[in-house]
Amino acid sequence: MNRMFAIIEREMRKFFRSPTLMIMSLMLPILQLIIIGNAFGGKIVGTHVAVVDHDHGPQAVKVREAFDAVAANIKTFTVVDYPNEVEAREDVRTGKIDAAVIIPEHYSRRVYAQDAPQLGLIVDNSDLFTSATLEGEMQSLVDAMNAPQVQDRLSKSIALEIVELYPYVNYLKYLLPMTVALAMYISVMIGGGMLYIDDKARGVHEGYLVTPITKLELVFGLNIAGAIKATLSGISIGVIGSLIAGLGVVFHPMIMLQMLCLIIAGSIAFNGMMFLLMVRVDDPLVPRAMFGVLNVLLLYPSGAMYPTVSFPKWMQAMSVVDPFTYAIHGFKAVLLKDGGWIAIRGDLAFLTIFGIATLLIATPLFKRTL
Amino acid sequence: MSAAINQNPGNGNGAARPVAIAVENICKRYGDFEAVKSVNFSVAEGEIFGLLGPNGAGKSTLIRMMTTLIPVTSGKAIVAGHNVADDPDDVRRVIGVIPQALTSDQDLTLEENLSIYAKLYGVPRAEREKNINDVLEAVDLTKWRDAQTKTLSGGMRRRLEIARGLVHNPKIFFLDEPTTGLDPVSRIAVWEMLNKLKSTRNLTMLLTTHYMEEADKLCDRIAIVDHGTLVALGTPVELKNSVAGANVVEVHFDRETEEWEERLTKLEGVTSVQPESAGFYRVLTTSGSKTTMQIVELAASLGETLTSLSVQNTTLDDVFIHYTGRQLRDEQVKPVFTMPPRPGAQP
Repeated sequence: MNRMFAIIEREMRKFFRSPTLMIMSLMLPILQLIIIGNAFGGKIVGTHVAVVDHDHGPQAVKVREAFDAVAANIKTFTVVDYPNEVEAREDVRTGKIDAAVIIPEHYSRRVYAQDAPQLGLIVDNSDLFTSATLEGEMQSLVDAMNAPQVQDRLSKSIALEIVELYPYVNYLKYLLPMTVALAMYISVMIGGGMLYIDDKARGVHEGYLVTPITKLELVFGLNIAGAIKATLSGISIGVIGSLIAGLGVVFHPMIMLQMLCLIIAGSIAFNGMMFLLMVRVDDPLVPRAMFGVLNVLLLYPSGAMYPTVSFPKWMQAMSVVDPFTYAIHGFKAVLLKDGGWIAIRGDLAFLTIFGIATLLIATPLFKRTL
Repeated sequence: MSAAINQNPGNGNGAARPVAIAVENICKRYGDFEAVKSVNFSVAEGEIFGLLGPNGAGKSTLIRMMTTLIPVTSGKAIVAGHNVADDPDDVRRVIGVIPQALTSDQDLTLEENLSIYAKLYGVPRAEREKNINDVLEAVDLTKWRDAQTKTLSGGMRRRLEIARGLVHNPKIFFLDEPTTGLDPVSRIAVWEMLNKLKSTRNLTMLLTTHYMEEADKLCDRIAIVDHGTLVALGTPVELKNSVAGANVVEVHFDRETEEWEERLTKLEGVTSVQPESAGFYRVLTTSGSKTTMQIVELAASLGETLTSLSVQNTTLDDVFIHYTGRQLRDEQVKPVFTMPPRPGAQP
C-alpha cells in the first residue's frame, strides 16, 4: 500500500511543480467556454435589409414603420432603401446586405381588397443562422400585421401555452457541462497519456520495475493519481466556468456534492479509458497524435454541442458507449436543471462501471517487465 | 579467437568468497534473434564485476535479465541466492539498479526523489530519514538535499542516481554504463565514489561499460561479451596476459607501402600487426625493446624514415579489440523511442 502511495505522491508532486502544465491544461476548456459560448450563443443584431418599395402606398409605409421599430428596439436589422429588385438581389448574393424585402406594386390596394397581398423576402440561405433569424423576424412582423385591429373578446384560434421549467439558459451556460468534461479529458490526456508515455520513454518506469512494487500497486497508483488530477481539474473548471457563465447554483452544498460525485466518477472513467488505450504504447508521439482524434470521437457524439437525437444511428451508437455522454448529461442535469440524484444516478453508475471495467481489462495487459 | 574464460571468482580477487551472482547458461531470444547465448559466470560477494562489450553485444540485456526487468528465455540467474525467474520480488529487495538513463525526477528535490524510492523499496519510516542522510553523505550531495534535481550538473545527477539505488541498503548493485555522458572529471569522481562504497558498504557491484579505463580501474574481474556470447573473463591482468604480446609498439612510417604489414609480421616476437592508418601500425610483441630495435634497423636498411615510434604495455583496449574484432556494429536492433532531453537538462 505504501508503494502505491509513493507513486501517487510522486505524480502529485510533479503535477504541482509544473504550473505551466496546470495552467495550460485549464486554459483550453476555459477558452472554449468563452470563445465558443460567446461566438455561438449571441443574438443576431445589426444586419442590413434592403427594402425595394414598388408600392409607396399607406400599407407599404406601415411595413416600413414596423421595420423601423425593429431597428430601434431589438436591433436585428436596419433598413436600406434600394431602387430595384435586381440590384438588391445581387447585393444579397455578394454579401453587401443580408436580405432584401420586396414590396410589390399595388400592395396597399391588395391589402385593402383582401386580395392575397404578398411581400417578398430574399435571403442568403448559405448562412443558416442569419437567414433563419431574419425569416423568423419577418414572419413575426407579418403575423402582427395580419392580426385584426380589434381582437375578439373570446379567442377562436388554438393557442399554445409554453411553460419553461428553467430560467433562460444561454449558450455559455449550455456549454459549461462540456467544458468541465473537457477539462477532465485534457488532464487525463496530458497526465495519463502524454506524461505517462514520456515517463516510460525516459526510463522512469524502469526505475519502478526494479523495485518490489507489485503490478497492482503500480497500476492503481498511476490510475488513482491520474483520477485525482482529473478531479482537481474538473473542480477548478466547474467553479471558474460557473463564475464565467453566471451559474451560482454550483455553490449550493447539494449541487456541489452531486458535481463532486460526477467529477470523481467521470475522472475514474476517463482515466481508465486512457490507461487502457495507452497500456501497451511506448512511442511518445502516439498520445500526441491521438489527442485530436479522441477529442472529436468522444466530444462531438456526446451531445455536448448538439442533441444526440439529431444524430444518425451510427453516431447515436457511439454516444451510447461514450463516457462523455454520461458525464455531460450528468453535469447538465445538475448545473442547469437541478435534477437531483434521480437524474444523475444512471450517469454515475455508467461512469463508475465503465472506469472499473476499463481498468480491469487494462491491468492484465500492463507488463510488469520491459 | 581463443576465449580466456575463467568463470571461478575464487581465482580472482574474490578468493573463497561466497557467490553473490551466478549466471548459468542464460539465454534471451527475441523471435529468431538470440541476444544472449548461453552465458555463464559468477560474481563473488564484495567484488566489482565488469561487463565489457561493443554496442549491441548483449550487456544491457544481460543486466536487465539479472535485475528482473526482462524475462529469461532459458538458463537461470541466481542473485543473492534467489532465482530471478522464480523469486523476482526477493531479488528486487536486495538489489540496487542504476539504469543507463538519468531517470530521477527533475522537478523534485533530491530528498523527495530519495524518499519516494525508499518508500517504493519498503524502507520503514523509522529508517528512511537515516538512510537518506547516509546515502546523500556517501555521494557527497548533502548540501544539495533541498535543491531541485534539474539544478544539478550531469555528474551530480549521476551521483543522485547512485544514492537512489542505495537508499534501501542493497547487497548487490547493478550499474548500466554509469559514467556514459559524463566529463572526465565527473567520471573520475564517480569511480572514486564507487570504490569508496565498495569498501564502506561491502557492496557487490556489476557494471556494464565500454570505457576500457573504467573497467581497468574499477573492476576486480571483467567479462567481455560479444554477439551475445561471453568471449573472455578474468581479472584485468589475466585478460591482458591472455592476449599474445606483452607490449604494443606503435610505429608511424613516413611512407606507406603495401609490404610494411608483412615485414612487421615477420619480425621476431611479433604476434600481430594492426594497421591503423596510412603508414601507422600497432604491433603486438612479446618484447617491446627488441621489436623497437628491429623496426629501426628495418627502416634504416630500406632507407625509410620513421615519423614516430612508441612502446607501451598491452591495454584493455588491445584485449577488447583482440576479442571483439574491429568491425563497426551496426546490426539492427529493436527500435526503442528515446525522448529528446528536456530543455536545459544536463546530458
